[in-house]
Amino acid sequence: MRHALSIEPTPTGIARAPEVAAPYLEISDLWKSYGDFVALRDISLSIAKGEFICFLGPSGCGKTTLLRAIAGLDLQSNGRILQGGRNISTLPASNRDYGIVFQSYALFPNLTIEQNIAFGLENAGRSRAEIATRVNELLATVGLSEQSKKYPAQLSGGQQQRIALARAIAISPGLLLLDEPLSALDAKVRVHLRHEIKSLQRKLGVTTIMVTHDQEEALAMADRIVVMNHGVIEQVGSPTEIYSHPKTLFVADFIGETNQFAAKVLKDGAVEIGHSAFDCSTKDLEAGTTATAVVRPVDIIPHGAHAHVVSAVDRPATPQNLIDAEVREMEFLGMFWRTRLTAPRLGERTLVADFSVNAVRRLNIETGGVIQVEIPRDRLLLFPRSA
Amino acid sequence: MNIALEAPYLPLAGKRLRQETSRDDRIKFGLMAVIGLYLVVALGAPLFVMLSKSLSTYRFDLAAFEFQVSDETGAKWGPVVTADALNRTLGAVAEGDLASSADGRLAATKFFPDFSFRSPVHYRIRGTTDDAAFLAGSTLEKGTEWREYDSGTFRRIMLRPARTLGLDNFKTYFSTPALARSIYNSVLMAAISTVVTISIAFALAYGLTRSCMPLKGLFRGILAIPILVPSLLPGIALVYLFGNQGIFKDWLLGYSIYGPIGIVIGSVFFTLPHAFLIILTALSIADARHYEAAASLKASKWRTFTTVTLPGARFGLVSAAFVVFTLVITDFGLPKVIGGQYGMLAVDIYKQVIGQQNFEMGAVVSVILLVPAILAFAVDRRMQKRQVALLSARAVPYVPKPNVRMDTICFAFACLVSFFILGMIAMCQIAAVVKFWPYDLTLTAKNFAFDLMDGGGWSAYANSIRLALLTALFGSVIVFAGAYMVEKADAFRFGRNVFHFLAMMPMAVPGMVLGLAYIFFFNNPANPLNAIYGTMTILVVSTVTHFYTVAHLTALTALKQMDPEFESVAASLKQPFHRLFFRVTLPVCLPAILNIAIYLFVNAMTTVSAVVFLYASDTKLASVAVLNMDDAGDIAPAAAMGMMIFYTNVAAKLIHALLARGLLARTQAWR
Amino acid sequence: MNRHMFLMLAGAMSVALPAIATAQTELTVYTAVEAVDLDRYKATFEKSHPDITINWVRDSTGVMTAKLLAEKDNPQADVVWGLAATSLLLLKTEGMLEAYQPKGVEALDKKFVDKDNPPSWVGMDAYVAALCYNTVEGEKLGLKAPKSWDDLTKPEYKGHVIMPNPASSGTGFLDVSGWMQMWGEEKAWSFMDKLHENISAYTHSGSKPCKMAGAGEAVVGVSFEFPGAKAKSAGAPIDIIFPTEGSGWEAEATAIIAGTANLEAAKTLVDWSVTKEANEMYNAGYAVVAYPGVAKPVEHLPSDIAAKMIDNDFEWAANNRATILKEWQKRYDAKSEPKS
Ligand SMILES: Nc1ncnc2c1ncn2[C@@H]1O[C@H](COP(=O)(O)OP(=O)(O)O)[C@@H](O)[C@H]1O
Ligand SMILES: [Mg+2]
Repeated sequence: MRHALSIEPTPTGIARAPEVAAPYLEISDLWKSYGDFVALRDISLSIAKGEFICFLGPSGCGKTTLLRAIAGLDLQSNGRILQGGRNISTLPASNRDYGIVFQSYALFPNLTIEQNIAFGLENAGRSRAEIATRVNELLATVGLSEQSKKYPAQLSGGQQQRIALARAIAISPGLLLLDEPLSALDAKVRVHLRHEIKSLQRKLGVTTIMVTHDQEEALAMADRIVVMNHGVIEQVGSPTEIYSHPKTLFVADFIGETNQFAAKVLKDGAVEIGHSAFDCSTKDLEAGTTATAVVRPVDIIPHGAHAHVVSAVDRPATPQNLIDAEVREMEFLGMFWRTRLTAPRLGERTLVADFSVNAVRRLNIETGGVIQVEIPRDRLLLFPRSA
Repeated sequence: MNIALEAPYLPLAGKRLRQETSRDDRIKFGLMAVIGLYLVVALGAPLFVMLSKSLSTYRFDLAAFEFQVSDETGAKWGPVVTADALNRTLGAVAEGDLASSADGRLAATKFFPDFSFRSPVHYRIRGTTDDAAFLAGSTLEKGTEWREYDSGTFRRIMLRPARTLGLDNFKTYFSTPALARSIYNSVLMAAISTVVTISIAFALAYGLTRSCMPLKGLFRGILAIPILVPSLLPGIALVYLFGNQGIFKDWLLGYSIYGPIGIVIGSVFFTLPHAFLIILTALSIADARHYEAAASLKASKWRTFTTVTLPGARFGLVSAAFVVFTLVITDFGLPKVIGGQYGMLAVDIYKQVIGQQNFEMGAVVSVILLVPAILAFAVDRRMQKRQVALLSARAVPYVPKPNVRMDTICFAFACLVSFFILGMIAMCQIAAVVKFWPYDLTLTAKNFAFDLMDGGGWSAYANSIRLALLTALFGSVIVFAGAYMVEKADAFRFGRNVFHFLAMMPMAVPGMVLGLAYIFFFNNPANPLNAIYGTMTILVVSTVTHFYTVAHLTALTALKQMDPEFESVAASLKQPFHRLFFRVTLPVCLPAILNIAIYLFVNAMTTVSAVVFLYASDTKLASVAVLNMDDAGDIAPAAAMGMMIFYTNVAAKLIHALLARGLLARTQAWR
Repeated sequence: MNRHMFLMLAGAMSVALPAIATAQTELTVYTAVEAVDLDRYKATFEKSHPDITINWVRDSTGVMTAKLLAEKDNPQADVVWGLAATSLLLLKTEGMLEAYQPKGVEALDKKFVDKDNPPSWVGMDAYVAALCYNTVEGEKLGLKAPKSWDDLTKPEYKGHVIMPNPASSGTGFLDVSGWMQMWGEEKAWSFMDKLHENISAYTHSGSKPCKMAGAGEAVVGVSFEFPGAKAKSAGAPIDIIFPTEGSGWEAEATAIIAGTANLEAAKTLVDWSVTKEANEMYNAGYAVVAYPGVAKPVEHLPSDIAAKMIDNDFEWAANNRATILKEWQKRYDAKSEPKS
């Protein structure tokens, strides 16, 4: 998608809903208000069968509210939800088809692991033996067969999380809802469980919606990400789309890091930042439009001390977008160097740029040195300022 | 993007979606309706009826009576005149004196100044309405038919007042100095007792949390004792200790224990545990970091106390103060026994109703007694709301360091208070087993021969146990189910709020008031629930209702500690809510439920105020027997029965502790 | 909730089941007679009338009266047997009593029968105002035993006399109404003004002053003869004194509640209650009974109590009760606040 700054009238994207014609879950025109406060505003969204969707957004943006509306736990004020072609808009939670895992896991403290997992299996005409088989199968799936007789309080957070997951999928739901399932865990376990959940989801093929405020998690796990802010959907797209082609400044800012500059469109294909002009795709913005120009630190290309022509990548640099910068600070972050640069052409603002260890060594970049960096034409994103 | 933010409107805003109700919802709704109805019937409606009763007044309606007087021969009748017309010309009865009470009488002869019972003149009287009633001697006559009497009999004609609505009762109340004075007395006694109790309780709690004095557990146990006895018992103990034949009579320097002194000492005794527990909790949650900060700033002991300890406990102190104030002002048993001639509101209700059968005036005093209790309650609720925020901060518990002087002082004080409590109980124990205090001090069991006394005998004791068990059983069920609905039913927000309000109300309703309200409400043949009047059922209902609030809050606290998503999980797993309830909620909350049960049991054993109006001859209660035996002057048997209640409650507490340990060890393995 | 629990719930919440019908007539009898006497009364009556069973409902006079009044529109009792005549008069003025002339009522002392014809109540026995004087405490304080009502107003008794509150105690009221009928209102009030100076407390119950005197909490208790005799038997160092001026008294009486479903059985009971046999039965506890010539002396009590009894006009007492109490409360309730 090249039109990074396209502004479509509705932010809703049924962007490339893959293969299947009829979506499995279809939300249309959904609103939710608490008194005067509108928590969800005109949400429309389609989810295909088997997809792994992440609701991503800052705390309080309405992710949980949307998830609970889908689950029938908090009824939306307005709007329609279809699941597998069935209108479930006003069905009570118990008549819908989903399994859910909460941030707290909500494991029943007085029941053993086994009993917790079996809770949803009982009462449905299954024999004891059937239930036991199914429970063992699930325990094996989440790798906790040895713990079956323990109580939740005797397990670690990660183990509890897996039990909650096993309990939710025990009834083979058509939809799996996960509300920040990893946020209560420490970083290592979290990364590990990401993979487990993802592979389990692939294995079961269950359509899954996961709520998270952690962009890394969303980028790593989701087939598609739904970025939300203030009760509206900002953008829907695959992780790379969202990252590379944010539709709004909010998305750009929320996912990954950005340098932001006040900019003004000079003419088609050129903007003014600081006091100088840069090449840039202005799309259909009129000359004179004020905008915010965004470039990610990783997208800034270093060009060594005075290498005018030969760039570090095998692509000619746009001379317009090549600036001299002084290295003010350097910070070694293991995988790369984070540098703070000042460039007269950009005005007083610092420019944050991440350079590979390799580039720093080869170009001999050091604090106090002056280097040339390129702000690639296609990585300079423009977002018009709202009035 | 902010586009949407600018237009905060909803499409089709008028037509909100409604969730289809599931079977669970319907069951929950039904349950809530049932329990809500229970509270309305057991609390709202009776109070309303009582309120209207307080406005029901009796007045002589002079226009409702007509007279005719004959001549000397008794054959020729004069003109028909109404009493009203006669009174207007004569001014025999002042307007103010027409206000009366349910058993008011007005002699008809008042309207005939030249009346002589020897004259041959005959008199006729009739009502102008069917309800106009008068007495001929002691025979009740009613209606619009003329009745004729010779002058000898006419002397015995008494007009009866008619029922109307108005504020007359309140006017009468406030113009009767002895009654109105009770307001002052009650507030004064409650205020003094509050100050004294809070000071003692604070000192004790301070010692227990901020010093390293020994035997803390023992002191805690002793301080819980007064909860286990009816408030009449300290009164009886005080009679033996400081009465005219009291062991320590001289300590009072000639002042009488019957009256304010006795009321205050007894009130301190029976309210101390309540204040102590609240303040102890408040002090226990103190944050060690504040003390460390104070120490690092080299603040003096006193400064630390005034800047850290007191402010930290202030919500607890205020809360405890209100609890004590309400307890004292609404208590009936203690002033009844030891109050002497010192009028108190709660006793006034009893005197008006039982002593004088003046139900309307009883209702008036009840309404007046509701005012301070509701005020205290309302202020306390507001404070409580703010306290929650204070508590939610994570604190590091404070661990006191040994300090010989401080520890010794605290220990000595705790000993002193314990001695006071144990002394009162011991005195009752002695009184219960001594033959004829103070003249014959040989030991005897005859005071336990309750069947030979007024009050109800051993069957009253059995009834009390029955009441306590039934109250504990049904009370726990009703309270817990109600709290569950308030906390866990996700729909019917309005219903839940109303319900919660109703559940909080009993705290502000004094027992006497509740009992009286029950008489008015249930003892009415038109009420379909009339049948429970005079049965054990009404005692159970009134007791459960009387102690509803604390039990409700206990249940609510336990339920709030459960993950709010259990219900959602169960719904997603397509399990009915009752399965979750019985498999998870109930077992997890079992300790709290046991606490509710023992709380209700102990209180049902000791309560007097609500049930004193409601017991029937075959449902007499031990606590009421204490009252009635004391009332009849059988003080030693009253003490003996009081001790029976004490033993029973101690036993119940022990059983509760064993249950809590044994049974919970099995069912709560997961903890 | 298991089944058992549910059944219990249903059981306790349901109303009392109607009693199983038998050939027996069951009479619900309200009474205020002493608890110890109940079984004896019941057994004696049922022996001669095996077809009638008495179900006692007993409470103190005040409570019983309140209960009966409260049930005015929906009476639960068939018969009242053993309640103060003043209380019964109160019920009569509310139209709650069934007038009935018991067989053999002519034999009773007229003082013990309702003046109307047919009478609404018939008496059983009397309790008579008396003083309980604690000899031990009296001696300690150097007091002399009072002989008359007037003696009680002497200054040396200040703070040593205890009497029932007439507003809440029937005994208290019979004292006051007795004084009024003996001396006239004016003199009675001035007597009470003086007496009030000596009173240490007004109790709620009529027997309590005597027991308080017995326990030494007071020296003189204004009460009536029965609790005096009882306290003395229990070992209280008291003398029971009948003031020389005479004593107010109250009759315990019997009446049928209007509207009873068991009128015939009720009449049978009331007929029996005036028999000589019944009066001999009353005499076991009470020194004065309604049937002349039956009474034998009771332990600790003099034999001539009947002579001390004034000519009591129950109707006057009932009809003036409200006025007297209003005045009494005005005079003494307000003043009885401690002055400290
Ligand atoms: N029951 C409620 N009443 C009022 N406001 C609510 C309620 N539940 C959520 N909100 C508000 O709705 C917004 C969205 O909440 P939520 O969906 O929980 O956010 P998040 O994206 O962090 O999950 C928040 O501002 C929250 O305060
Ligand atoms: Mg959330």
